[in-house]
Amino acid sequence: MTLASISPANRAERSAETHPLTWRLREDGEPVWLEQYRKQNGFSAAEKALKQMAAEDIVQTVKNSGLKGRGGAGFPTGVKWGLMPVDESMNIRYLLCNADEMEPNTWKDRLLMEQLPHLLIEGMLISARALKAYRGYIFLRGEYVDAARILNRAIDEAKAAGLLGKNIFGSGFDFELIVHTGAGRYICGEETALINSLEGRRANPRAKPPFPAAVGVWGKPTCVNNVETLCNVPAIINDGVEWYKTLARPGSEDQGTKLMGFSGKVNKPGLWELPFGISARELFEDCAGGMREGYTLKCWQPGGAGTGFLLPEHLDAAMYAGGIAKVGTRMGTGLALAVDDSISMVALLRNMEEFFARESCGWCTPCRDGLPWSVQVLRALEHGEGQAGDIETLEKLVTDLGPGRTFCAHAPGAVEPIGSAIKYFRHEFEAGIAQPDAVQQLEPALPL
Amino acid sequence: MSANTLIQTDRFALSDSERTAIEHELHHYEDARAASIEALKIVQKARGWVPDGAIPAIGEILGIPASDVEGVATFYSQIFRQPVGRHIIRVCDSMTCYIGGHESVIQSISLQLGIGLGQTTADDRFTLLPVCCLGNCDKAPALMIDDDTFGDVQPDDVSQLLEAYS
Repeated sequence: MTLASISPANRAERSAETHPLTWRLREDGEPVWLEQYRKQNGFSAAEKALKQMAAEDIVQTVKNSGLKGRGGAGFPTGVKWGLMPVDESMNIRYLLCNADEMEPNTWKDRLLMEQLPHLLIEGMLISARALKAYRGYIFLRGEYVDAARILNRAIDEAKAAGLLGKNIFGSGFDFELIVHTGAGRYICGEETALINSLEGRRANPRAKPPFPAAVGVWGKPTCVNNVETLCNVPAIINDGVEWYKTLARPGSEDQGTKLMGFSGKVNKPGLWELPFGISARELFEDCAGGMREGYTLKCWQPGGAGTGFLLPEHLDAAMYAGGIAKVGTRMGTGLALAVDDSISMVALLRNMEEFFARESCGWCTPCRDGLPWSVQVLRALEHGEGQAGDIETLEKLVTDLGPGRTFCAHAPGAVEPIGSAIKYFRHEFEAGIAQPDAVQQLEPALPL
Repeated sequence: MSANTLIQTDRFALSDSERTAIEHELHHYEDARAASIEALKIVQKARGWVPDGAIPAIGEILGIPASDVEGVATFYSQIFRQPVGRHIIRVCDSMTCYIGGHESVIQSISLQLGIGLGQTTADDRFTLLPVCCLGNCDKAPALMIDDDTFGDVQPDDVSQLLEAYS
């Protein structure tokens, strides 16, 4: 039992050239405050962007860099920025930072906010300039109390130094930044639900179109970007697109580095800044040290609860969107989870679907009613009380709650692991169907 | 709504400090409605939960219907519309913590406190709740007691852990 803190993220041999996100991390895990951040070249990218670059040039640079969203969906950031209206009369615009990190098995944004708060502030300042946004909000989940305290102190430091507020760097550009803390509910991470939540409404997703770039928070043009995405921006501006494109391994279609992790019963669960395109095996064996003694890798998930299960043989897949797509699922957040041979797939899925069912906002029927149905079936299978046809019911839910069938991506993400678990471990589901002679008795689930 | 609750509603008044804090929040947003979640959190911080009377009182300050405030209050899982214990135990129920054995940690807490998830001890000391991934996946299983986060929690650690919260 330990008082939790973020473990050192691959602290050895990091440099600005190879680890643009994490090279400034301190050995003691304390936040990098403004004085140190500025000594280490901090805010030089913002100064360059505000004094020497037109907003359109910043957008174009980020477009050329190939930076994609790091929140899980992987939409090209420059393209998203380019969707903001060109009409200059629409001059009230917002930049929202999605810091509502609640994806199971994801703790990368927390590391950045708790230890490198000024990197995020600088990233937001440059991005706001590109988007012509006068105000930004960091939408932070309520449970991240340390991140809230650290970000607020960093914002105060930046304000006092004239790095936020009026006429920043004498450029005539004004930008204010506010930390908004949430009150629970996973769905707030969906970008239009996040906008509703920021407006003080229930966090139901909105219909798209109109997209937030046209009609966002308070009806104004709005851009929502993930913490890690925004933290990539300063280095791209400072060191250029050409350098940025040398970071990823050859063969990767995604550019730059990514905070990747491996957890579960591995020797060294952790988080590392790694180039896109490394193999999952390198991440699993070299970084995480493989499985702990006594455990065997049964399967793994590449990036969060909404990504599918993969087998040990898939560890040779390359960690970038296209590389993981080749083996049949999504890279998601890139923080992988090892499932060991002591874990029942049915019970694990039951745990996951209980979470997804609880966190459904209830707005659309397939999600609201389909996810609890999957929990019911999985609980029965877990207790050896399944009925003939239960596996087919789950398979039908995978289709009926899949992409395009629901209002947002919550349910499609929820059913993705079910489909892959049945595909690779069908026998475990079959074993849960009640047999007159051999009823399998497993530990009862805890009531929720 | 019982007669008793109605009387409480009639008598409810926000304290001056609650009112000031809520009015201060209005400056952060374009629209008063946006402060509704923060207003609920301000009341909850002062009282431990959000009593019925606070709903129309907040609606009045923000200029929005009480039904909208209630809609928000009942949507968000960290706003409590019934009394809770002095300390909130939030156990991370991510699949990472499942693999780490969080269900036996919950079981251990349940045995010691005599409550299940969503329940409060008879002495109002603890309320036990599940929570979305706490982002401590390298130290699973994780839990929070009030604002303190603990990782690598084993069932045997529970009694010592709870002792610090009276």
